[in-house]
Amino acid sequence: MEPYRRETGKVATLDRANVDTDQIIPKQFLKRIERSGFGRFLFYDWRFREDGSLDPRFELNRSRFRGATVLLTGSNFGCGSSREHAPWALLDYGFRTVIAPSFADIFYNNCFKNGMLPIRLPGRQVKDLFRRVRENPEYALTVDLESCTLRDGRGLNLEFPVKPFRRHCLLEGLDEIGLTLRHEDKISRYEAAHSA
Amino acid sequence: MPKTLFAKIWDDHVVHQEPGRPDLLYIDRHLVHEVTSPQAFEGLRQAGRGVRRPDLTTATLDHNIPTVDQKLPIADLIARKQVETLRRNCREFGVTLYDLDSRNQGIVHVIGPELGLTRPGLTMVCGDSHTSTHGAFGALAFGIGTSEVEHVLATQCLIQSRPRTMRVHFSGSLSAGVTAKDVILYMIRTLGTDGAVGHVIEYAGPVVEGFSMEERMTLCNMSIEAGARAGMVAPDETTFEYLEGRPFVPPGKEYQEAVDRWRLLPSDPQAEFHRDLDLDVDSLAPQVSWGTNPGMVVDVTGVVPDPEAFDEEADRESGRRALDYMDLDPGTPVQRVRVDRVFIGSCTNSRIEDLRSAARIARGRKVDQNVYAMVVPGSQRVKGQAEAEGLDRIFTEAGFDWRESGCSMCLGMNPDVLQPGQRCASTSNRNFEGRQGKGGRTHLVSPAMAAAAAIQGRFVDIRDWL
Ligand code: SF4
Repeated sequence: MEPYRRETGKVATLDRANVDTDQIIPKQFLKRIERSGFGRFLFYDWRFREDGSLDPRFELNRSRFRGATVLLTGSNFGCGSSREHAPWALLDYGFRTVIAPSFADIFYNNCFKNGMLPIRLPGRQVKDLFRRVRENPEYALTVDLESCTLRDGRGLNLEFPVKPFRRHCLLEGLDEIGLTLRHEDKISRYEAAHSA
Repeated sequence: MPKTLFAKIWDDHVVHQEPGRPDLLYIDRHLVHEVTSPQAFEGLRQAGRGVRRPDLTTATLDHNIPTVDQKLPIADLIARKQVETLRRNCREFGVTLYDLDSRNQGIVHVIGPELGLTRPGLTMVCGDSHTSTHGAFGALAFGIGTSEVEHVLATQCLIQSRPRTMRVHFSGSLSAGVTAKDVILYMIRTLGTDGAVGHVIEYAGPVVEGFSMEERMTLCNMSIEAGARAGMVAPDETTFEYLEGRPFVPPGKEYQEAVDRWRLLPSDPQAEFHRDLDLDVDSLAPQVSWGTNPGMVVDVTGVVPDPEAFDEEADRESGRRALDYMDLDPGTPVQRVRVDRVFIGSCTNSRIEDLRSAARIARGRKVDQNVYAMVVPGSQRVKGQAEAEGLDRIFTEAGFDWRESGCSMCLGMNPDVLQPGQRCASTSNRNFEGRQGKGGRTHLVSPAMAAAAAIQGRFVDIRDWL
């Protein structure tokens, strides 16, 4: 997994609550057996019109958001299906950070397994960020996971919360399976004690 | 110290604990299906790892498969490849697969319980959010992502932070025609779709104690729709009776000993929950969803709400979007809303009792000429049982299509999909935009309500028919 340390990038907004994983990556794309290449299908039903052209009404299609690496969005992002294809699609599209007032549990968890950072911020801070993006066409953020801060080079300096273990794994790009296998003896002991 | 059902199971499964870190938890049962597993098996292969406990792992095909002509090769080549990939992975890694020709095949959350793989006190996972269903047995069961599927395959453990607990106590008594589906829709309507994020819910109170196992499964199934990590019900005589004699439940003395252990599981009377919610469901009306998430629900006697009356701007905005997508006007009586399609199925409502309750409504009646209605049993066993009881004939004589088992139009990964603009009364669990087909409009209801909608061509208050 690619480590996540400090990332600077443009911010795109998707101002809706309860964006579900069925929207992030519709089911017709879950049939693939690879982990990669899902970015083309991100928000498919919103992003594209019937004839396959980009739908100009959809926020992310605005030219000013092209190349964004930070997604700013509404509460309960990633609710619904457990599909890990959702973070795969966001990552493959180019996002490495998602900021929202709240996330659904499984989605939140899935992000960390893929080197992507979901940041929970209080509603008023998210609102303020939305305003900043609206007012500044090239609005970018530096997400510093070492110090757990967000900076925009215009005076904004926010701390964000992340559990120490999750932070550690992201910073190092650790393979959790490898970590667990270090406890092989304990797993075997547990199995021996419980198979009686 | 008094403990909750959740805490008893969790503490009993901790393999390793360190301050400031999530726990390493042992997993007793791992269920696998074709959609969320290929990348996990591929990961094992790349790392040169095997499946640690194939004996605790069970796979089936459900999401992608057609519900007609299952003997024929799958026409959709990408779906066929995914199905074949699971077959190959199971062979290579020694995992039992209930394939299309197996009597045990079915929706993963239907077969676990009916085979007796699901039992009180176990930790269970599956790469599927509705794994919460199995909590009906007093198991700790939750959905995981594909990376975690790989983690469990490789280690039979998961790294998990301890969730918070919440007790939802239902009081009152339900009117005839009002079901577990209505109760859970009402709860999500009250709590909101993120109301239980970070929590494991324990359902309690006289209503739940009076529920059958199948009703408890419907309840726990939709816990995730309120954002909960899992839903649980304390095991009791109803649970034990359901399990006795199931294929994977040990018989005789071993069963008795297991029951003795299971009796210790319910939450201690003084146990504390992080949150408590009391819901009075006395004289609750049947529920119908009107919008694009499972919290957007009204009484069948009600009208489509006016988003402008909502308190929060975010709710007003999503309400407007939902009405636009659903093509509904505020103030329209629910019973005036006409449907084009009816889907009876999914891991929420495709068990034998669900089919019986729909068949009771369908018997001797005819599906409205403008409606296409289908019944998709949750598993081959449910299908067999229904046919033995003659339910299939009741349905087909009424004009319903009777299908093979699978997820079908719950998510429409197979050819069973809504056409753009079609409106569907569905017994499934999600009414998200496009869930049942791009542009399709889903209304979540109970099996009896769905059957009645098929016959009337619009929503009816099922209580008027009883
Ligand atoms: S029936 Fe629907 S919700 Fe249940 S496992 Fe299948 S797709 Fe998921």
